[in-house]
Amino acid sequence: MKHIISALVENKPGVLAHVAGMFAARAFNIDSLVVGRTEDINLSRMTIVVIGDDKVVEQVRKQLAKIVPVVKVQDFVGQPVVARDLMLIAISAPAAKRPEIFALIEMFKGKVVDIGVKLVMVEISGPEAKIEAFINVCKPYGIKSVARTGTIAMPRQI
Amino acid sequence: MSSKPNSPAESAAKKKTKTKAKISAEPKSAKKPQTKQMKTGAQIIVDTLIEQGVDTMFGYLGGVVLPLFDRLYDAPINFIIPRHEQGGCHMADAYARASGKVGVVVATSGPGACNLVTGLATAMMDSIPIVALTGQVRTTLIGNDAFQEADTTGITRPVTKYNCIVKDVKDLARTIREAFHIASTGRPGPVLIDIPVDVQVEKCDTSEPAELALPGYKIKPHGNSRQISQAAAAINKSEKPVLYVGGGVISANASKELTAFAEKSHLPVTMTLLALGCYDQSKPESLDMLGMHGSAYANYAVQQADCLIAIGARFEDRVTGKIKAFAPNAKIIHIDIDPASISKNVHVDIPVVGDAKVILTELTKEVEFRQRKEWFAKIAEWKKKFPFRYDNNSSVIKPQYVVEEICRQTKGKAIIATGVGQNQMWAAQFYKCSVPRQFISSGGLGTMGFGLPAAIGAQIAMPNATVIDIDGDNSFNMTMTELSTAVQYKLPIKVCILNNGYMGMVRQWQELFYNKRYAMSHIENPEYEKLAKALGAEGFMVDKKADVAAGVKRMLDEKKPCVADFRVEPEENVWPMVPAGKGIHEMDGLDILESMA
Repeated sequence: MKHIISALVENKPGVLAHVAGMFAARAFNIDSLVVGRTEDINLSRMTIVVIGDDKVVEQVRKQLAKIVPVVKVQDFVGQPVVARDLMLIAISAPAAKRPEIFALIEMFKGKVVDIGVKLVMVEISGPEAKIEAFINVCKPYGIKSVARTGTIAMPRQI
Repeated sequence: MSSKPNSPAESAAKKKTKTKAKISAEPKSAKKPQTKQMKTGAQIIVDTLIEQGVDTMFGYLGGVVLPLFDRLYDAPINFIIPRHEQGGCHMADAYARASGKVGVVVATSGPGACNLVTGLATAMMDSIPIVALTGQVRTTLIGNDAFQEADTTGITRPVTKYNCIVKDVKDLARTIREAFHIASTGRPGPVLIDIPVDVQVEKCDTSEPAELALPGYKIKPHGNSRQISQAAAAINKSEKPVLYVGGGVISANASKELTAFAEKSHLPVTMTLLALGCYDQSKPESLDMLGMHGSAYANYAVQQADCLIAIGARFEDRVTGKIKAFAPNAKIIHIDIDPASISKNVHVDIPVVGDAKVILTELTKEVEFRQRKEWFAKIAEWKKKFPFRYDNNSSVIKPQYVVEEICRQTKGKAIIATGVGQNQMWAAQFYKCSVPRQFISSGGLGTMGFGLPAAIGAQIAMPNATVIDIDGDNSFNMTMTELSTAVQYKLPIKVCILNNGYMGMVRQWQELFYNKRYAMSHIENPEYEKLAKALGAEGFMVDKKADVAAGVKRMLDEKKPCVADFRVEPEENVWPMVPAGKGIHEMDGLDILESMA
């Protein structure tokens, strides 16, 4: 099962290495990990997506909380959350195909952010499933490259 | 640990509140310009260590710790120089284990810091409070592959509870206070601070007190009262309970509370290797050690128990054997300060997160005495049938006999350090302990070579105690250079080598599981008697069974550090033994034990 774990950590050097090292040392798999600043200059938020059974994820949560510079850990499983990925994707788009590609982008509420002779670069955000679906529909045209942020999330009704 | 009175961290906290109160008591308008107190980083380190109650340190010099050592030269601190940083780290570790204080070790950058790694990992696995200070190359050189540069915080991160590098002298005092607080509270552990040489030389104003800033570090010692009541109810209902005690009870200084609890509710008590001594083994309710080389009666009792109360223990594989077959009929209660320990290896029915001392006190109020006649009768039967035993009829010296003789002559009152392997298991089986902090052994990491430096650290902590390192020949070989340290500081430690000419435990496994192919497990040993004398210690060899008692006496009477080389049966095995992958009731060697009756 997929769990989104949100960890508030002190904004100090070495914290990311500590968290990543703990995952490696205890053989937990990270699906994605995003670190960014928060409203508090002293704190960063790590959003970590982990796939595993409940027992494993419970250990992940506890081991994370045990790391000294980790201030707070939440597992969003079973809670209503807003979870988003951001992707930049370069799609092969010869002139003849552009109308249908642009229609797709429109349908997925994506944004064309760069355009060249052969390629268009699209910015698209949303739940992971939507991102995956967009990748799938682009495949027939040829995907040149993909860059994704990984999931960030926040519980609803905050 | 957190409830321990007069811990260095606590007294520091008290001091700080005082200073704080003083400052706020002054009227704001009369704010005098505070006189600046400029100090170098090195001086700040020394002053903060003294403030934290440090009077003994271990460590080794090197280029980038010279400013610090220059300040230590005049400080009221007893400084012990080992022969190798690993030895120094084990000494600080054993000093902490024997005294209950925080052990402090210093090393230089690069190789010095790298040599601490085994010692830190040993302390980490056994939850021992150590503060390690390492020098680092100057801040402007970090990352340049400078001479004796190593990424110390990177290398030691997995083997410390916390570590960091201090790049600004203004953060130094606070970081050291934080290190002592983190090392000694909650589930204790080693903390390392890496300090570049220029930070030791720089000056800063120290007139403002530096508060701890640890928003992510919270300890909850009190435990959930509903869970405590649930645990008490389960214990009161239990017909066949077993109390399974780990090293956490020793770190929590909760041996008295444990005994009171066990006596009030009338429970049999089994201990892990690290917990030996926290419950008096001469009491009939003691089941001694459990696990791979534990007693048959402890292992049987755990497997048949209807309620297992684990306190400050972590269900390690050497204790549980095959995890699915462990305590199959028991309701499991787990009391631990570390939430991550709970349900990590074994599913726990009633968890209680908190300090062992606090929880045991609460629990004792709620439990009732029960006779449990049938259960204790059953246990007595197992104890009678399968005691720790060995065949002492041959003319060769049996290692167990040497340990028993040491126990007899010291009346079970000595501090015992051990190596790792057969020597360690025989010490655990045949030296009956009665008080906490008496048995000092590397349990989790199983660090060969721990025994000698550990004996030195323990002797420094307890100058009047008889400290004996019950060691194996190969464990001793790994750190024997530290004998020279014992000589320099005139420590009357005793080293009893159970010399069988093999890496004994490895040889035992090769005998049992590799068809007696003793691959590389034999080593040509030095003549320990001559070696000891060359280093300035006393040494002698005993190879006749009839001379064992006199040999032990000679070792105990010796004022100098003394190495007694007992030439024991080369192929003696440790029994019972739970083979890897088996349940702990499936012990090998019980027939051998029975045949000796």
